[in-house]
Amino acid sequence: MPLRHLAAAAATYLLVCIPASAAESAPDPQARHLLNRLAFGPTIEDLRHLAAVGADRYINEQLNPQSIREPPELIQRLAALDTLRLDPARLFEMYGPWRPFRGGVKPSPEEAKVRRERAKIIVQQAAEARILRATMSRRQLQEVMVDFWYNHFNVFAGKGLDHLWAGSYEEQAIRPYALGRFRDLLLATARHPAMLFYLDNAQNSAPGTRGPDGKEIGLNENYAREVMELHTLGVDGGYTQADVISLAHILTGWGLARPNLRLGTGSAFMFDAARHEFGAKVFLGHPIRSSGEAEGEEALGLLARMPATAHHIAFELAQYFVADAPPPALVDRLAARFRDSDGDIRAVLKTLFTSREFRDSAGKKYKTPDQFVLSAVRAAGVAVVNPYPLLGAMARLGMPLYGCQTPDGYKNTEAAWLSPDAITLRISFATTLAAGKLPIMSPPSDAPRPQLAADPPLAAAPEGEPVDAARLEQIFGPTLTAQTRGTIAETPAQLRAAVILGSPDFMRR
Amino acid sequence: MNRRDFLGLSAGAALAPLSRAVWAATAEGGPKRLIVIFLRGAVDGLNVVVPYGERAYYDARPTIGVGRPGTDQGALPLDGHFGLHPALAGLLSLWNDKKLAFVHAAGSPDPTRSHFDAQLFIENGTPGQNYTPDGWMNRLLAALPEPHGPTDAVSVGSTLPRILEGRLPVANLPLGPDAAKPLPIDRPEISRAFDRLYSGNDSLSEAYRQGRAARAELIGDLASEMRQADNGAPRPSGFPAEAARLAHLIGQDAHIRLAFASLGGWDTHVNQGKAQGQLANHLRPLGDGLAALARGIGAGWDDTVVVVLSEFGRTVHENGNAGTDHGHGNVIWVLGGNVRGGRVYGDWPGLATAQLYQSRDLAVTTDYRTVLAAILERHLGLGDRQLAQIFPGLPPARSNLGQMLAA
Repeated sequence: MPLRHLAAAAATYLLVCIPASAAESAPDPQARHLLNRLAFGPTIEDLRHLAAVGADRYINEQLNPQSIREPPELIQRLAALDTLRLDPARLFEMYGPWRPFRGGVKPSPEEAKVRRERAKIIVQQAAEARILRATMSRRQLQEVMVDFWYNHFNVFAGKGLDHLWAGSYEEQAIRPYALGRFRDLLLATARHPAMLFYLDNAQNSAPGTRGPDGKEIGLNENYAREVMELHTLGVDGGYTQADVISLAHILTGWGLARPNLRLGTGSAFMFDAARHEFGAKVFLGHPIRSSGEAEGEEALGLLARMPATAHHIAFELAQYFVADAPPPALVDRLAARFRDSDGDIRAVLKTLFTSREFRDSAGKKYKTPDQFVLSAVRAAGVAVVNPYPLLGAMARLGMPLYGCQTPDGYKNTEAAWLSPDAITLRISFATTLAAGKLPIMSPPSDAPRPQLAADPPLAAAPEGEPVDAARLEQIFGPTLTAQTRGTIAETPAQLRAAVILGSPDFMRR
Repeated sequence: MNRRDFLGLSAGAALAPLSRAVWAATAEGGPKRLIVIFLRGAVDGLNVVVPYGERAYYDARPTIGVGRPGTDQGALPLDGHFGLHPALAGLLSLWNDKKLAFVHAAGSPDPTRSHFDAQLFIENGTPGQNYTPDGWMNRLLAALPEPHGPTDAVSVGSTLPRILEGRLPVANLPLGPDAAKPLPIDRPEISRAFDRLYSGNDSLSEAYRQGRAARAELIGDLASEMRQADNGAPRPSGFPAEAARLAHLIGQDAHIRLAFASLGGWDTHVNQGKAQGQLANHLRPLGDGLAALARGIGAGWDDTVVVVLSEFGRTVHENGNAGTDHGHGNVIWVLGGNVRGGRVYGDWPGLATAQLYQSRDLAVTTDYRTVLAAILERHLGLGDRQLAQIFPGLPPARSNLGQMLAA
């Protein structure tokens, strides 16, 4: 390991360990609240750190993640996931289906199948990275926001070529802008092949255009509608069917570089003027001058700055971080901050985290399946070697990672996730994890990797270390209800960790 | 004119919920059941029940139009004007036995082309109103005779859909290959601790108790059935297998009166195919699954109605990519032992440009709520007052819907 990494590791270690006594002497429910919302749940280490630096500094650190050093172990584990660093063009080249025009050879069905099998590694590595970062990263808010924005601009990895690009989409279109400017995020998603393919804009062409095979192709409304309904204005944001069609015209030609075209860029995005509908347009009452690709940039920029967009994003953030039915006054303040900061996500979040409504909402949000699973692993203090049992549990609970088929993404409300089946499954997951029987601590077998959606999560496994109930009591003790504490006191010692992780208290954040 | 007279029914039917005993006595055979299958994403109904008799259909769909009956991979003839998508051949015997009907040009009066708003309106039963607190199937459950048990209504899947949200408890159960697998919570030493933790009146405790009760009623039956069915082989997944499991549950558990499942993958904006392709690949397992459901329920089929619907239809004209965009009117499927099938109900508005909704979509001539209300009335024996609670603002039914179910 290079020296500077060692130094960084030492600094991280010191930062984490020095204030240990502070956390134990001053249990602070507000600290747990912050870690339940700005992070995927509290860990002993983060509680200590927060106790040492205080809430204000912690929030500022999290809003400026580049200032936080990552654990060397995480850096090392991520370094092994090589497909995370490939650009879309390279991913297509290495893992995409063979095309007849590449050397003129059409692959045999067997070859095509082999390539499809091989390509599964891309989504597997993306999912592994997501789990590792969510459980180990100290830049927790950044990871929370990656989860939020990926879901907001959802792409289903199971649709066609999107299995090639879902990971790159997260790495290159979402992560760099997760705390940045909304307009940049919107444009990055609009241009990424994952989105172009998922919502079909890659095919959206001026009526009467001839496709590569000589067939006539034309307009496709899909992306134009969803970008207004879901990504920006919101369904009641004041657009009409005429605006949908106008935006579809504006975005004609925004598509994918054909794989045999060698472009200087690896983004695989290409504006194809030959498929663009030139001419003046009117969009949302604004005249748009005929200017090719710039029309799309203008229209998306317009959407990013509309008051309805500010309100829609403010509502979603407040719903994610505060309450299923967020206080309208808070939503209005966040929307105002969004507008006067020109869509600066960091500024909006700062207003949110320092609001009274946020402070007073501790323990009121029901965890989504991924929040439940990840927070359990973090509290347990288990290092995840094998992420598949966790991915399997998320899938079984109805929230497969990269597996939301529809562009609206997963909901984050209690009404959407609380169900009789889910609660019995969550408790069963907690029990298995607490007993050390979830096989996450040893490497996955060499047997073919399970599909993310189909791995049976609760299979018996070689005995691991049971989770230490004392550790969990240290983290949650002061915030547990009397009912839960009473039950713990009467539960045999070996089941206490299970009772905490499966308690109603732990289902909320 | 009141709706009841309009449908030609006697005015003497009870308006208040019947007791379970009376219910059983009035029903011929077992308790009446309703199964709703929701196709999320807007299935292209014009390629499901194909108006092959109309030239405008082929003009609008040069690439994706399903061929006329008798042509290569053409539609399966239904009634001289409409044909069935060939991937639904599995349903043809139900049609021929007159146990399968369609209502064409049906849909919501709300004009939205948003999947998510439109789905919400189908599920809450109040088109145009977002804030209705419950789903119409939960309101329906409340209108069915007491007592209400934990498995009166079952949703297939790991979450509870809006359509079943509401005051009355509802069970949910994924029916994938692992459906009957034992869980730690089934072990007494574990459940003892959690029974105490979840003993309050809060939403989590209620869900917990409901989940435990549903597992107790359903999992045992399912486990033995699945052991017999697979005989050690890998268990099949997909809708036909899940439908067979649902049929088994319904056959074993006389309490199940309402069931719900949803299927995705219908949002075919690109290359939807015609006789073969994307839409066909989704229709085939649906048709086979519905046939499996009908077979599996067996003797209970006469007491069962299955409704298949979607949030809206798709554009009449194919788009620039051999797909279809979001439209309006669609087709509703109705199956069951008491259905007067073999017939396409509703008023067909035609596909000429002047006949289309906003010059682009199949018009809605039958409100989806009136189709459901006709089933609730004729099959489940509900009265006007109950119907008004389930579907506030319900418009009068089209005349021929009253004939869709045997009295």
